[in-house]
Amino acid sequence: MADNYLDLVNTPLPGKFAKALGLPRPSVLRRYTPGEPIAAKPVLVAGSGAGAEALADVLLSWDVEVRRHVLPGEKLSAAVVVLDRAVSPADLAAPMLELGQAARVLVPGGRVVAVFRSSADTTDPSVAAARQGIDGAIRSVAHELRGGATANGIILRTGATTTDATTLGTLRFFLSGRSAYVDGQFLEVSGTPAESVAGLAAATTAVGEGVPDQPLAGKTAVVTGAARGIGAKIAEILARDGARVVAVDVPAAGEQLAQVANRVGGTALQLDITAPDAAARILEHVGGRFGTLDIVVHNAGITRDKLLANMDASRWDSVIAVNIASQLRMNEQFLASPVLSTTGRIISLASTSGIAGNRGQSNYAASKAGVIGMVRAQAASFDGAGRTINAVAPGFIETDMTAKIPPLTRQVARRLSSLQQGGLPVDVAEAIAFLASDAAAGINGQVLRVCGQNLVGA
Amino acid sequence: MADQAGARNAAHSPRTAVVIGGNRIPFARSGGAYAYSSNKDMLIAALDGLVARFGLQGERIGEVAAGAVLKHSRDFNLTREAVLGSALSPETPAYDLQQACATGLETVVGLSNKIKLGQIDSGIAGGVDSASDAPIAVSEGLRRVLLDLARAKTTQQKIKALGTLRPKDLSPNAPTTGEPRTGLSMGEHQALTTAAWEITREAQDELAYRSHHNLAAAYDRGFFSDLMTPYRGLTKDANLRADTSLEKLATLKPVFGKGLDTPATMTAGNSTPLTDGAAVVLLGSEDYARANNLPMLATIVDAEAAAVDFVTGEEGLLMAPVHAMPRLLQRNGLTFDDFDFFEIHEAFAGTVLSSLAAWEDPDYCKRVLGLDGALGSIDRAKLNVNGSSLAAGHPFAATGGRIVASLAKTLSERGGRGLISVCAAGGQGVVAILEAK
Repeated sequence: MADNYLDLVNTPLPGKFAKALGLPRPSVLRRYTPGEPIAAKPVLVAGSGAGAEALADVLLSWDVEVRRHVLPGEKLSAAVVVLDRAVSPADLAAPMLELGQAARVLVPGGRVVAVFRSSADTTDPSVAAARQGIDGAIRSVAHELRGGATANGIILRTGATTTDATTLGTLRFFLSGRSAYVDGQFLEVSGTPAESVAGLAAATTAVGEGVPDQPLAGKTAVVTGAARGIGAKIAEILARDGARVVAVDVPAAGEQLAQVANRVGGTALQLDITAPDAAARILEHVGGRFGTLDIVVHNAGITRDKLLANMDASRWDSVIAVNIASQLRMNEQFLASPVLSTTGRIISLASTSGIAGNRGQSNYAASKAGVIGMVRAQAASFDGAGRTINAVAPGFIETDMTAKIPPLTRQVARRLSSLQQGGLPVDVAEAIAFLASDAAAGINGQVLRVCGQNLVGA
Repeated sequence: MADQAGARNAAHSPRTAVVIGGNRIPFARSGGAYAYSSNKDMLIAALDGLVARFGLQGERIGEVAAGAVLKHSRDFNLTREAVLGSALSPETPAYDLQQACATGLETVVGLSNKIKLGQIDSGIAGGVDSASDAPIAVSEGLRRVLLDLARAKTTQQKIKALGTLRPKDLSPNAPTTGEPRTGLSMGEHQALTTAAWEITREAQDELAYRSHHNLAAAYDRGFFSDLMTPYRGLTKDANLRADTSLEKLATLKPVFGKGLDTPATMTAGNSTPLTDGAAVVLLGSEDYARANNLPMLATIVDAEAAAVDFVTGEEGLLMAPVHAMPRLLQRNGLTFDDFDFFEIHEAFAGTVLSSLAAWEDPDYCKRVLGLDGALGSIDRAKLNVNGSSLAAGHPFAATGGRIVASLAKTLSERGGRGLISVCAAGGQGVVAILEAK
């Protein structure tokens, strides 16, 4: 599973060769460690208007050194481009060109975050053109950045402002090492419902002033498929962020499941999520032991790859049963139960295969695209309530599953992303932990790709 | 004086001890999946699975009691060492106990009594055994030489010590299942009893068949999903033959009792094979369970131990529970009719059938047990409903933990009262009553 090429090009001599030969030079990504400063170097806030001013003030209150223009000879940790007032494509020029200057002086692992409004919320062609233009520009910037730097965007939906709790929470996520493998992505943010305001102050204060290192403290999370791989890492990261974790997997995986539960100080619940009473047993366990279910992570999934021409019913049916039908059934029972918190978070694992399709994965893609459909429909029913449902779509992640891909195909798949490498299970887990936090209260029905801006599924 | 005693009794009036849950690793056939696992490894695995099930990481449990029958000298302080190797708090005290196959049940009795007395609030009882990783002792001659060698100070003394070594000293003493006082194996002992009670081959095979059938059905309905944690790739008891039939069992050749006058009836199919495994049970006071939001599956009501004189042949080696049972029932004012489930451990199918026959025999009950008449008969539909030792296997000290956890869960699901009977080498036996909470 080790990416030997990445290790190699990050040593001096082979690194020089790779540069001379024009080979990909993936960087070691900056990943989150609790207590890290949000930005060690100054952060540029480009753009004008009240929204930009307010955001710059918040950054200052986070003990971040804020620049409104790039200063000669100074490195930057990040550049935040605030374009919430763009009404014509001509409005993009100044902030984007300022960003261009900033891109030259970004530190390795630097961050670009654009804040702008949704083109779906206007009927004015010029305004829509400006807003959609930002989308294209930022995706391109993401392709251009090097040194493990990323560019992402926060899209403000009607009523949302640049300093709403969720906007700031999302900004923190994008600025931090938590979003190491999220690149060229956009999260739509709505104004935060009143029910979810509790804990938001903490989520948006600077490190050292509040408790942002334990944003999930006091919450109980259920993670399915937790015995190994991405699921085990999700359990670990949720626990690191303060959640009490109920680790769920099939009885046959019980040995590893127990190890995960003991590592994260949680409980192990052996059950088959396709069983009709799976949700009831989860609710009984969580209700009996902890009272309230705050976070559900539908991670359990299987692949039974075959070209459709060779697909048999058992392969098709088992993938659908585990990857999507079980989630639909469980969600129905969770939502009908008083055990699920009024600010409950459901996060479901989709896949870039479900977005772009993948040869030999028609059944898997159907299940993962199904997840996206489910999330969007359910989100609409949550609208205005305290609950949210979102999906995370991993791209190429270094796991036991992707280790089975033939070596050459695997090497190519890794280099196909803007970050020129596969992601790690922790990258998926960090995105899930963010969506599970109070700070993500205004994010609902979104599909966040954790793919390093892979060309597949773009 | 009387008042003072009364006050003291009130202060220490017994509390209720409950079974909160259990965990075991699947039982493996000797020489199988756990061939290279030690008693300590397996006990740690069983404890860690329990810790994971109930979120006890880093928690200080009142006391952990467990034991093994086949025990290495290196297994000094086995249970405490297992606690230290587990995810429990290292501040959890532990002790070892050994009462042959009754070890596991006896730890449950001991710890539940401590809970009832208020000495501890929580406890983990259990046992482990490995027939694969059995200790092999060196011969008495070699042992003496090695001890002399260790004491020798000069090279000359060392050479002298080694010089006394004889080739025959080099062959080890392999462990046997033979009784030290009779030299007979447990199977041969039971063959005597089986013959004495005229238990037929068909009846034994029928009991074995039902054990496999019931265990397989319990697996199918997910009964063990919260009682078991897989270990070393094993997810089910290796001894289970879900597809066995009376016809298949009938084809097996007898292995015990071949030297008797009566036809030999005990086969590998209706006897338990040598097995490796570990099982633990989480016990607590009601307050402990409530304070930690833990389930209460069943109450441990009472228990009784007995021993018989098998050395002179006056009673069968495995018949002690037959003697313990009337004493337990009498003390609690109960009869067999007051029970909904019976867990009678089968070292051999013949053991269970001999016990049942004895309790049903008015003459025996009067003459040997000192009762007015027959103790009674047990409804077979209530016997070992989720399978038992014949199908699951019988890692000696682990059997009690398996039975207590399984019965407690059955009682919590279906209500009622349960009776446990476990026979043990040395002519001993322990019986116990559990009640649905």
